[in-house]
Amino acid sequence: MIYEVFRQERKGQAFQHAGSITAPDDAFAEAYAREQYGRRQESVALWLVPRAALRHVSDFPDELQKSYHRVDGYSLKAKLKEARERAGTAAPRDR
Amino acid sequence: MSERAQRLLEIADDELVLGWRDSEWTGIAPFLEEDVAFSSIAQNEIGHARALYELAARDLDTTADELAFDRAPEEYRCAPFVELRLLDWADTIARRVLYEAADTIRLEALKADPDPELAGLAAKMDREEVYHRLHAEMWADRLRDEPRFRAAVDSLWGQALGVLEGELATVLADRMPAQLGWTPAQAAPAPRNGHSDGFRALWDEMTMVRRSIPGASW
Repeated sequence: MIYEVFRQERKGQAFQHAGSITAPDDAFAEAYAREQYGRRQESVALWLVPRAALRHVSDFPDELQKSYHRVDGYSLKAKLKEARERAGTAAPRDR
Repeated sequence: MSERAQRLLEIADDELVLGWRDSEWTGIAPFLEEDVAFSSIAQNEIGHARALYELAARDLDTTADELAFDRAPEEYRCAPFVELRLLDWADTIARRVLYEAADTIRLEALKADPDPELAGLAAKMDREEVYHRLHAEMWADRLRDEPRFRAAVDSLWGQALGVLEGELATVLADRMPAQLGWTPAQAAPAPRNGHSDGFRALWDEMTMVRRSIPGASW
């Protein structure tokens, strides 16, 4: 069975994916994860998750390029420039 | 040599030599994850040896390295059990299981020792040994009914008893059947005097680099 291993480097920090290990059951997985991801004191905690328990989600279609969902889809610079021109005020650095 | 130094050297030599033997599986253990874990445990045992040598070195006015690598083969006090060159995985796991059981009993006694330095070091080692024990017990549980494993335990049992002395060996003999789920075949304890045939070759290899440039600072 494959287990995905997440490790926490310091208390309070987010767990990050560290790698995976192959083990016949939870107990062996713990022993192996301890030795591979903890023996150098590089982790304060580990999460071991059987890969089968992970629900994989991918493929996010954007057929119609709805760029307004994204921050970079809205060009603030251009809009600001237009607004300033309409209001007759210069950009801060030009004042 | 003080009784305390002798005791420390016995345990230190056991840990060093077993760590050395177990590290021979690095790269050739049955599968990758076990290879990494087994090598790491072997390194841990050598770390315990270092701590024990350091304490003994203070008593004997020498250094841990000199104790570990500069003594003559006949001066090492390890049990023949840890010296055995076991080329079969079942034998190797059987030795780990038996050694951890014996070492647990030895550490329990040491933790209760009136000497605070001994007791303190034993407590530190014990906290790491917990995970060695878990590893050994998991394998023992899994292989409990495998004829090869049972034969390996039977063949090593007398040697394992020799790790402990007197009353402590009796504790091991009393405990092992419950842990294994069966009773190992009766065997006479192999005493801790003298070495097995393979020890000289092990010593040659273990001290080879250090002997290559005597007195060098590494």
